[in-house]
Amino acid sequence: MLILEADRLSITFGGVRAIDGVSISIASGQVFSIIGPNGSGKTTLLNLISGIYTPQDGSIRLAGETVTGFAPDQLARRGLSRTFQNLQIFSRMTVLENVMVGRHRHERTGILADMLHWPSVARQNEATRQAAGVALARVGLADAAERPAGSLDYGALKRLEIARALASEPKVLLLDEPAAGCNPVETQEIDRVIRSIVKQGITVVLVEHDMRLVMNISDRVHVLARGKTLAEGTPQQVRSNVEVIEAYLGVHGSQEAAHALD
Amino acid sequence: MNLRALIETRLLPAILVAAIVIILPMFFPSGYYYRIGALVFIFALAVVGLNLLMGFAGQVSLGHAGFLGIGAYSVAIGPTHFGAPSWLCLFAGAILSGAVAFAVGRPILKLKGHYLAIATLGFGLLIAIVLNNEAAWTGGPDGMNVPALTLFGWRVHGSDAWYWIAGATFVGGFLLALNLMESPTGRALQAIHDSEIAARVLGIDVARKKLTVFIISAMYASVAGSFLALFNGLVTPDVAGFLGSIELVAMVVLGGMGSIFGSLVGAAVLVVLPQVLTIFQEYEQALLGLIVMIFMIFLRQGIVPSVTAALAGWRKC
Repeated sequence: MLILEADRLSITFGGVRAIDGVSISIASGQVFSIIGPNGSGKTTLLNLISGIYTPQDGSIRLAGETVTGFAPDQLARRGLSRTFQNLQIFSRMTVLENVMVGRHRHERTGILADMLHWPSVARQNEATRQAAGVALARVGLADAAERPAGSLDYGALKRLEIARALASEPKVLLLDEPAAGCNPVETQEIDRVIRSIVKQGITVVLVEHDMRLVMNISDRVHVLARGKTLAEGTPQQVRSNVEVIEAYLGVHGSQEAAHALD
Repeated sequence: MNLRALIETRLLPAILVAAIVIILPMFFPSGYYYRIGALVFIFALAVVGLNLLMGFAGQVSLGHAGFLGIGAYSVAIGPTHFGAPSWLCLFAGAILSGAVAFAVGRPILKLKGHYLAIATLGFGLLIAIVLNNEAAWTGGPDGMNVPALTLFGWRVHGSDAWYWIAGATFVGGFLLALNLMESPTGRALQAIHDSEIAARVLGIDVARKKLTVFIISAMYASVAGSFLALFNGLVTPDVAGFLGSIELVAMVVLGGMGSIFGSLVGAAVLVVLPQVLTIFQEYEQALLGLIVMIFMIFLRQGIVPSVTAALAGWRKC
């Protein structure tokens, strides 16, 4: 079953076609990676899919429903969540409270009940706190629950963002460079977390520069170059694709690489 | 939800504040102090509301005295021109303020930072201009008399009566605000403050939450404005003026953005200090400015958050 389909998406910024007629279709339960050189439009594509940008052309379908032009919060309520390359942490709140915000779409809110703190609100708070605790434990941050989020180190903040998105129980989770700036140990941890997410049946769309992580974990890899699709296939197919190697290393570099392999 | 957590998070501060309200008069040497106390609680009520908007949701308003004005003139115009009971006009004023906040907030809360500040500033000025110019209804720049509040046949007058009414209402408003922050809505508001985009991808309807808190803060200000007018027995357009809005913002920042208890402290400092400084006569204003500057330089997070942080650090040592 296709969970996420994008058909000929395009968007232009100041005359530059940042994404130019890109189509993707992602089957439920897959790890679908989007790679490409810097400036190839990976994050732009993610922003289009998550509703932060509205495509000028093309359409997006989520679980069969056309969601082109939907706002991020509307998409979130339909089960699409994401993390950010440049961290977007609620730094004034505790680690646990950050993840509790992730439960928002499952919470019933009424301003009157909230202000009067009706018993139902107290019960719901407790349920939210527990669900958030479970999500934190999944990324290995249970011990840090009561710390101010701003005090965590970089690798932990990356995982906190994942926990927060997981708490919303998405069908599709978009991860924008979860391993960027992480050391090998932290990258291992991210790898483990992604595998556990997939095991739960959540579809993962991954934008990542760490090729070892991408090739290890992906079911399909989609390669972008200058806003266009260059290739798509299994990690094996993409790795041996001449055009992909050229895009990354240049024509000369790819010849060098071919020599080196000989 | 265990009892300990309940006490720690919400009820303890509310009980503390209630205790302050009850115990304070024991140290009042004269009736005049009741008057100051009543003013502190009235302003603190408006500041709690503004703090929800500014300190928690991170949206500035430089026109909040406009809502103070709507509340104040509701209890002046309603009884005078329509013969409606004051308490009914107080509620009507709060609802009117909420409705105005809804209408104004929808377009202007899309703005951010300085742009929002200027838009709310414009709104406050607009209210003040209307109050000045609609002399047939408002008495113009001279203002108008406000008939006293009558509750169940009891005509409320005197500083001590208002001290207790304002104190009790403040404790109620304080508790409601604490409750709100311990709820999904409160968490959403704090999330919006730090990252709107992250809040949105977690399913929070940011525009709607901002509007909600703007309406709530307007209603807090409106009730405070009604109290102020009923207490003074007189209202002028100055209540809705720019200086009034700035004073409310200064109380929020001085007490501590995002600290509900700080709202009381900020209001207390800026109501009491000018009274104390009158002994310096012509230097009063200059000293007031100087003291506020010193507070902000040394307690830059606001009084309450800075002091609690210092205490926490001191306890760890």
